[in-house]
Amino acid sequence: MSTVILLLVTGLGLGALYFLVASGLSLIYGLMGVLNFAHGSFLTVGAFAGWEVARRTGADSWFSFLVSILIGAAVGALFAAFTELVLIRRLYERHIEQVLITVGLSLATVALFEGIWGTDPVFIDGPAWFSQTTNLLGAQIPNDRFISIIAAALVLLGMVLFLKRTRYGMIIRAGVENRSMVTALGIDVRKAFTLVFTIGGAAAGLGGVLASHYFGYVSPLLGGSLLIFAFIVTVIGGLGSLTGAAVASVAVALLQQFANFYLFGTGDFVVVIALALVLLFRPSGLLGRKS
Amino acid sequence: MSNPAQPALAVDNVGLQIGGARILEGVGFSVPRGEMVGVIGPNGAGKTTLFNLISGVLRPMAGTIAINGQDVTQLPVHRRAKAGLGRTFQTSSLFPGLTVLENVRLAAQARIGRSLSVLRFPGASDAATRAAKENVDEVGLGAKSSAAAGDLSHGDKRKVEIAMLLAADPALILLDEPMAGVASGDVPALSAIIRRMHRDRGCTVMMVEHHMDVVLGLVDRVAVMHHGSLLAIDTPEAVMADPTVQSAYLGEPV
Repeated sequence: MSTVILLLVTGLGLGALYFLVASGLSLIYGLMGVLNFAHGSFLTVGAFAGWEVARRTGADSWFSFLVSILIGAAVGALFAAFTELVLIRRLYERHIEQVLITVGLSLATVALFEGIWGTDPVFIDGPAWFSQTTNLLGAQIPNDRFISIIAAALVLLGMVLFLKRTRYGMIIRAGVENRSMVTALGIDVRKAFTLVFTIGGAAAGLGGVLASHYFGYVSPLLGGSLLIFAFIVTVIGGLGSLTGAAVASVAVALLQQFANFYLFGTGDFVVVIALALVLLFRPSGLLGRKS
Repeated sequence: MSNPAQPALAVDNVGLQIGGARILEGVGFSVPRGEMVGVIGPNGAGKTTLFNLISGVLRPMAGTIAINGQDVTQLPVHRRAKAGLGRTFQTSSLFPGLTVLENVRLAAQARIGRSLSVLRFPGASDAATRAAKENVDEVGLGAKSSAAAGDLSHGDKRKVEIAMLLAADPALILLDEPMAGVASGDVPALSAIIRRMHRDRGCTVMMVEHHMDVVLGLVDRVAVMHHGSLLAIDTPEAVMADPTVQSAYLGEPV
């Protein structure tokens, strides 16, 4: 029983990280049709920025953790906005070029991060509470899991409120469904593009800081390794669907955790099988629109 | 910009080629304010292409397009909309997952919301929502305003599109097959709504439509397209009597 609880909470914590990456990916694809292979770099740059801030402000205090989260999200947002304005904006509707430029950017930024911070993982510390455990129904749960879960839930709530209740949110939802009509109404949809990139970058940057606590280190490859699963989550959930991304994040992470424990470490393999099944039987994803 | 002496729409010698294929050539005409013009022609004649050029989805390779005397040839779609152009698309101009009211509100918001504040929550009482509610009632969909637009019948969807045009309140409206897919029983009501919109607002309307009886009953003039050229633009009676039109258009399967 305690093993199941541990796997559940750890899976939810990992799912939270997937969601922070996949939410932005899914919104960006849904609104603009851009498959953003550079999204992992938004996460990595957020993680490094958060770590740099934390180690300068006393890594083991709650204050420095909170500041590192804010800075990580802000740096991710800035980097994403910059990417949209400088690189992607010229290439809308040119999907091959978008793939080339975002793949290129992800390779270049990994090399850049290696140049600055080295290729070895940098091990990090958080507030002491993070490395302790909490007893939940007999299972000893590492505390950092709870932080990831709470943060992702707040991000999900914030995004849903933003999309449902604000004017720009309505423009984004409308743009996901029928972009040409949004422009035909006289709305400059490019502002919404930049906004969605910025929001996605902020979530990824926040995810970077949390991922570094979850795994205990930062490395230039952190974003890339999470990005693969975030893409799988996005496809399973349905491209463009935020709720789909949330549901699929949890499902994929739980599947991975349980398969790793009970099926001899085959978590990644099982996830890819699940992806293949979804593509075969429900190509538009669990909550995606029929094309 | 709003000089009344200028025509609502002036298309001058417009041409478009895609990959060497001539899509439109030498199309020129002008539409005075308040007129309703029907555009007819066989499939592939260039009717929707013409609409795409006027609304800015495509840019012409030759010629100019002016709305209310303002040259818009190089303006992007959203700037043309701000210059007073509204359009519907052949397939769908709706946001299927948004409610009827949200669809119309978005159009009203595009017109009213000049000072868009990112975090302003659109409460039930703001100006755009009030305007949208009026327009939804005007097309007779008041009872369905919180239904998802994608769940409506074809006829009701077309009514939502009209309500969106009412909310955006453009001076020049392009309707691309407003009756397509509408049950024949709903056609008279829909053409009545279009006629009322045109009469009450004094807006200028161009309409591509295959229902000849609808076109001939509504419009002041008919433009006939054929193989990417404008064959004729004249009153319905004169166009139907024109021998070139008869041989080119009516001789072909539509």
